[in-house]
Order: sequence, then C-alpha cells, then structure tokens
Amino acid sequence: MDLNTATFKDISSAVKTKKISSLEVSQFFLKKIKGHDSKLNSYITINDKVEDEAREIDTRLSRGEDVGPLAGVPFGIKDMFCTKGLKTTAASRILENFIPPYDATVVARLKSAGITVLGKLNLDEFAMGSSNETSYFGPTKNPWNLECVPGGSSGGSAAAQAARLSAGTLGTDTGGSIRQPASFCGVVGVKPTYGRVSRYGIVSYASSLDQAGPMVSCVEDAALTLEVISGRDERDATTSNHNVPAFSANLKEDLRGVKIGLMKEYMTDGLDADVQKTLDLAIEAAKKQGAEIVEVSVPLTAQAVPMYYLIASSEASSNLARYDGIKYGYRTPSSSLAAMDLDQFYQKTRGEGFGKEVQRRIIIGTYCLSSGYYDAYYAKACQVRRLLSEQYTQAFKQCDVILSPVTTSPAFKIGGRISDPLAMYLNDIFTVATNLAGLPGMSVPYGRSSGGLPIGIQLTAAHFDEQKMLNVGYSLQQTSPEKWKVANV
Amino acid sequence: MIDQKTVQHIATLARLYVTESEAQEYSRQLSKILGYFEQISQVNTQGVEPLVTPTEIECFWREDVVQKELSAEEIVANAPEKTGHLFTVPPVV
Repeated sequence: MDLNTATFKDISSAVKTKKISSLEVSQFFLKKIKGHDSKLNSYITINDKVEDEAREIDTRLSRGEDVGPLAGVPFGIKDMFCTKGLKTTAASRILENFIPPYDATVVARLKSAGITVLGKLNLDEFAMGSSNETSYFGPTKNPWNLECVPGGSSGGSAAAQAARLSAGTLGTDTGGSIRQPASFCGVVGVKPTYGRVSRYGIVSYASSLDQAGPMVSCVEDAALTLEVISGRDERDATTSNHNVPAFSANLKEDLRGVKIGLMKEYMTDGLDADVQKTLDLAIEAAKKQGAEIVEVSVPLTAQAVPMYYLIASSEASSNLARYDGIKYGYRTPSSSLAAMDLDQFYQKTRGEGFGKEVQRRIIIGTYCLSSGYYDAYYAKACQVRRLLSEQYTQAFKQCDVILSPVTTSPAFKIGGRISDPLAMYLNDIFTVATNLAGLPGMSVPYGRSSGGLPIGIQLTAAHFDEQKMLNVGYSLQQTSPEKWKVANV
Repeated sequence: MIDQKTVQHIATLARLYVTESEAQEYSRQLSKILGYFEQISQVNTQGVEPLVTPTEIECFWREDVVQKELSAEEIVANAPEKTGHLFTVPPVV
C-alpha cells in the first residue's frame, strides 16, 4: 500500500487486518513532516505523543476492540481546534502558550473513530485572512510553488494535505477558509451546513458563520470524515438534530436526474482564463454524467463581501473580548502590575498580543456595533443577509447543486495583496455568500493553471443537502485530471 | 470617513493600544473599507427581520445536572500569573 495515495478506508482496513501497524502509518507521515515541512511551514506544533497514540490503537486492536472507521488514520488539525494537552495557538501571539484542558467535540469524535494526531496546522491569525500571511508563526508556502500563498485561512491544512504530510486534515470555514485554500493547493475541502458540525472547542471567530470540515485527498475521505464529525452536540446549542446520512456509502457518480445550477452572478467575464477553462470542462463533464444544467440567479451575492466583512468583524470584536491577559494567554510584561490601571493593562496586553489584521477587524467590528452606527451597519447587514438567504432558497427550487468557481484566479504570490486589506477581502467574492446563508459548500480539484497551480470547482447545496453536493463532487472526481495529485516538496 | 481620532476612540472602546502611526494607517484603510461597506445601504430592507442564525435550529433540552469536568488546577493552569487557585489581576480599586 502506498500511503501517499491510500484512502482512509484503505488505511483503516490495513491497520485492522494487521497488514500494517498504526505505528508504522503514523511514523510514515511523521518522517515526511520532519523531512519536508521546513520548506512549507505548514505545522505550528508536532504532537510528540503521536507514536504513543498509534501504539495505543495497535494495542486496542490486538485486544480485539473495534477501534472505529478511521482506525490508525493520522490527521493534522488546524490550530483553531482545542486539543487536550496539545498547544493550541490560533496562530496568535496571544495564545502562543495555551494548552487546552479539553478536546473540541470534532477532535474528540475523530479520536473516538481511531485517528492519531500528527500535530497542529498553521493558519491566518484567528482564521482572519485569505493567504496564511497573518500567522504569528510565519506564512505557509504553497507546495506547488513555494513563492505562492496556499490560501487561507486553513492554509496549513491545505499545504500539508497537498504534500501528503498528513493522511487527512481538519479546517474551519467562516468565509471560504476551507474551500479557497483547498482550491489553491488542489485538495478536497468541505464546509458543512451551519449547525451540521459542533463548534464546541473551536476558537471562535464569527459564531454565526464558523463551521468545521475535512480537507483531504479525495471525496470518499471527505464523506467519511463528515459522517464521523456531524450531528448534535449537547455542548453547542446551534447544532442540528438532522439525521446524518451514511455519506460515504451513499456516494454515486451517476448524475442522471440531478439539476446543476450555474449562477448568473458568478459567471462573470472577470475570470482568469485558466479558471474559466476549468469551469467549462467541469460543466461538460457533469453533463456527460447525465446532469441537467440550468441557470439560476442570486442577485444579492453582489453585496456578499461587504455584508460578510461587516458581520464577521462585528462578531469577532465581541468574541475576542475574552482575551484579557488574566485567565489564559499572553499578558503584557510589566515589572509591577500596580503601576498600571486596569484599562492600560488590557490595552497593552491586547495591543501586543494581537497582530494587525486582527486589530483591524476588531476596530471595524467595534465601530459597526457602536452606538449610532449599529442600525446602519450590523442590523442592516443582518437584514440583507435574510434577503440573500431567501434568494438562495428560491434558487434551490430550480436546481440541486450550484456549480461555480472558488476564486477568480489561482494562488497569488506571497506579499502580493497583504498591504491592501480591501484587495485581500475581494479575494473571497465567490465563497462568503455560502456562509452568510449557512449552506454547505465544497471545493474539488479540477484543473491547473499554465503556471502549474491547482484550480478547484465550488459546489454549493441547500441546507443539509451535503449528500447531493458530495455526489456531484464524487462524479467530477472521476473525470478530474487532478485526482490524487501529490505535491513533491 | 474615519479619522485618526475616531480610530483612537474605537481602539479605546475595544481595549486596544494603538500607536499614532498605526492609527494613521488604520484610519486610511478603514475609511476605504467602510466606504466599500456603504453599498449595502442601497438594498431596501424595510420590514425585514434581521437574520442571525442562518439555519433553523430547534432548541433542545438536557437534564439539568451538575457535572464536574475540570479541576481547579486545570482551570488556572494557563493563567499568566496565579496564586494558588486564584488568578492574579492588576488593582481594580
């Protein structure tokens, strides 16, 4: 078995039937990380207990226990998820030394299903960014071109997965943070319906938008991971009790009877030529598999970027109020606390602990929520959000899945957009509406630019319709020239 | 328009220490960003209920029972300064 191209099912069956030990599987990936990650900077922390975790799985199997569907599959976890006893930084100085006393629900569910944890993956600070350049621990590089960004904010997850420095990874997506880096690095990334997956134990950014999901090498692995992590959690009151289908067993490539919508607003002339070509090829492939193509329209997506940044920044300014230098995290060094008043203490701690993009968003959010501006900004954005959501509901009466580009262009150069925040925000033009409406979305690798950079296709479905979306993704995967490409670094 | 003075005021509300040169930079960037946000004011939202939670979530109940999850040691383990099981804080009065 080649672990570079083995599915989760391949790995777990081999481990369960003792063809390979869980320890050997984890060591394979650990060795790759140690040999190659200095070029990518995709891991912030390597789990020095991963071999113990793997041995534990081998021991349980030798006792005849049923370890679970992901037995022995090594995962890299975005450093936004709390991992018990393993440093969790959110790529911020303010959490540089934070060691959580508990696991995020999603991490706990994956561990119960048999994974081992290789380590914690780099990201934009507090997941605020689209290029992985705002990390306190330095930028992650795109494994297909080390001068380019891997995307963000789950850039470490995407880069590690593309170079197979992990068998699977977890990301979070608030405005495209799973789908955009998945597209830039050529991996499969799934953002579930809002409420499908528990947010308990995930460092909060914008609570009405955040969702966690898999970033993996194939649609089968994404479906299986989603099955394991989905479902109601007593610790997150916004999780849904919707039935969780057997996503992976239900996958089918035949698209007869499936209506695929092309959204007028996203079929713009402004697309990069290679992105356009990839899109055209994917549409042709879907037709060949029997799908019917229809045109749909969601006019308010034109307002999605301002709506998103307004809502996300407002929620972030509130969520990040918890970092006060008292209970945990960075505290301003001071010879004597008595010399400072409390407000100065907070201001210095937070001013030194947060990076610039995080500060910018806290200031924007505080401004939009402040007295006199709340109605014009935050409340207004939430009203437009409802109208946007209603337009999507109408669109999904005419189609099952919407197919679109993920971004207007492939990965850009490191340093290319970081000095202009608005230019960076506009990078998210095709991904943020999905989060605003709470819809599931995914990116499937389907093409490559003339410069050798991967290009993904975005699929979006109605609330809790992940199965239809995954099926279209699975079907596209069959004809994708980018299926199972591993970057050599 | 969001001038330097407004940036400083908002930063104080958000408990952030911002230097003069940062305030200048943020003022320029935020004016551009907020100017861009203005376009949502053109959408007619009369009588529209704001949407916060984007999917319909049913409330659910659980037994109201005490569960001990973390020890005092675990709770203060990450504190930057502590005395026994207590967080050390600057003087507040």
